[in-house]
Amino acid sequence: MLSIQNLAVSIDDKAILKDLNLDIRPGEVHAIMGPNGSGKSTLASTLAGRDGYEVQSGSVRFLDKDLLDMDPDERAREGLFLAFQYPVEIPGVSVANFLKAALNERRKHQGQDPLDARQFLIEAKKEMAALEMDPSFLSRSLNEGFSGGEKKRNEIFQMAMLQPKLAILDETDSGLDIDALRIVAGGVNALRNGQNAFLVITHYQRLLDYIVPDFVHVLYDGRIVKTGPKELAQELEVRGYDWIREEYSAIA
Amino acid sequence: MSESDKLIRAHTASEYAYGFVTDIDQEIAPKGLSEDTVRFISAKKEEPEWMLAWRLKAFRAWLQMEEPRWQNVHYPAIDFQDISYYAAPRKKPALNSLDEVDPELLRTYERLGIPMEEQKVLAGVAVDFVMDSTSVLTTFRKQLQEIGVIFCPISEAIREYPDLVQRYLGTVVPARDNFYAALNSAVFSDGSFVYIPKGVRCPVELSTYFRINAAGSGQFERTLIIAEDDSYVSYLEGCTAPQRDEHQLHAAVVELVALDRAEIKYSTVQNWYPGDAEGKGGVYNFVTKRGICRGYKSKISWTQVETGSAITWKYPSCILKGDESVGEFYSVAMTNHHQQADTGTKMIHIGKNTRSRIVSKGISAGRSQNSYRGLVKINKTAENAYNYSQCDSLLIDDKCGAHTFPYLEVSNNTAQVEHEATTSKIGEDMLFYCNQRGLDDEAAVQLIVNGYCKEIFKQLPMEFAAEAQKLLEISLEGSVG
Repeated sequence: MLSIQNLAVSIDDKAILKDLNLDIRPGEVHAIMGPNGSGKSTLASTLAGRDGYEVQSGSVRFLDKDLLDMDPDERAREGLFLAFQYPVEIPGVSVANFLKAALNERRKHQGQDPLDARQFLIEAKKEMAALEMDPSFLSRSLNEGFSGGEKKRNEIFQMAMLQPKLAILDETDSGLDIDALRIVAGGVNALRNGQNAFLVITHYQRLLDYIVPDFVHVLYDGRIVKTGPKELAQELEVRGYDWIREEYSAIA
Repeated sequence: MSESDKLIRAHTASEYAYGFVTDIDQEIAPKGLSEDTVRFISAKKEEPEWMLAWRLKAFRAWLQMEEPRWQNVHYPAIDFQDISYYAAPRKKPALNSLDEVDPELLRTYERLGIPMEEQKVLAGVAVDFVMDSTSVLTTFRKQLQEIGVIFCPISEAIREYPDLVQRYLGTVVPARDNFYAALNSAVFSDGSFVYIPKGVRCPVELSTYFRINAAGSGQFERTLIIAEDDSYVSYLEGCTAPQRDEHQLHAAVVELVALDRAEIKYSTVQNWYPGDAEGKGGVYNFVTKRGICRGYKSKISWTQVETGSAITWKYPSCILKGDESVGEFYSVAMTNHHQQADTGTKMIHIGKNTRSRIVSKGISAGRSQNSYRGLVKINKTAENAYNYSQCDSLLIDDKCGAHTFPYLEVSNNTAQVEHEATTSKIGEDMLFYCNQRGLDDEAAVQLIVNGYCKEIFKQLPMEFAAEAQKLLEISLEGSVG
């Protein structure tokens, strides 16, 4: 589904990602962990196509297409979703209007008719109930005045509605209390099937207690320096990142 | 049609959807302005002697006046002798139903997207359609007459209700008020007259579609709305104009009079031809709109969505004379390409406990210039007056300009005045967030701008709000990317 080869990315001429390789197949959940500044969020932003993230070399293929050749909105319509670490506020635009617009762009791209208001409402209310969100959310201005937890829940709600093929969760757990974390993880797990995949970026292991990954990668100094099963996350929780640094500097 | 013709059609059609010319037998006055022109117009309208005298007085005043130049807009000098001051469709039968309307006119309605029958039945809107200068069609008038509401062309009111017209015409905007008001007073060709009797709540939204249609003929509309004690009326004014290369001058005057506890809600969607992307052509829209809350607890509310015209210059204002009267101004002014807008309001507080509220949203794109200019004046007599002003500017490009000129004159220290102003640029963060959900830049900007204007659109009647949103989207086309 996603194949990243020898990816190097810089911001303002500063190299952040260096020779990164990653393969994700349908049905898999990959976790990316790593210390602050290792390039985790840069990876998420680069895949989503944010301005200012300069790809120096390497390639990324997504569903057999050249991902780097596509505009951010094309990537989204192809089924790539980013749950933002810091979702922006858009005053005056209701959650419902925003999501309906997004959903219908996606449907148009797939050759489907737009959802009518009634169908949309039925779907939305179903997903909101699962995420324990009040339906009044739909008429609120997008992210405006939302608490940190509400913003994250709203991201997962959008993901559930848009049914992406690949969802990237960028530190979705930050700022969530344990109950919210459980609900958000429940939302992700409900979405999992054999056809889609998840890239979960997190600093802490606790999210991975709820969203159990197939692979855990450690990102350090712009490279994936270690890959292991879900137990690797627990090891990192116990031992921290220092041993990774030591191991890495011994090789380098 | 050949393939290439089709291509050309497809690419040009979207530029200005309402740019077409209706071919109707026109009766056009020769170009130029003199006392004879004024007499010609007055004779054409079969006006009584007092009206002609009123016009001539205004014309003589106009001759003494200078064209104002203080506004923040720039345009070449207007040759007032190079304009035709009267154009009327030649066929003017007495119409009782749509069947009797010139089919060419009906096609115009269709292209404007105004399904007349549907609008009448579904929305309950009585439409007084002004094509160039003469009102051609007035619907619902009989029904309205039964409850005493008068809604007719002002030319007819001058003949049928001379007492009412004489009592109120020019009392809110005197002929000498300003250069363009004087010009309008001398040569106005038609417009609407509304009278709501005591205690009547007008059951339908009254609506007039103005349309400039003859090449080189200025349009000088005159509207007068009177709401007697305890009455209510909502009036909608919407405009589209065909595409023209030469500039067209439009200088309208609107006067509103609200008596004790009366409320007038006046909504405008203005979409006249803005000129092309290079700034060629377009309408000069120089308008004087003013209402007076003459009575106790009366209320006047202006809502405008301005997306058209090469130059927009207007300040719908409220004179709050009655104690506890209320004035409101809600505005969206969108400029793109080379458009210029200098618009805002004046709130003149005279009565005790008067309140006013100003919410202005400016949107600039392309190389356009967008100015908010507003005056809040609290007179010595206005005990406990209150004003709230909010002026927001949104920039979509680097080459456009947003300006704010708020004026405040307070002569009574019990007044309370609040002012908020913001200027923002559509952020990359916002665009990227929308992009990431599958919206392209254009769709994203439309969504963000619609959100920004929501507070104003909320003030419009629902079907009008939808039209306003559509117009905004048309004006935004080509502003990103």
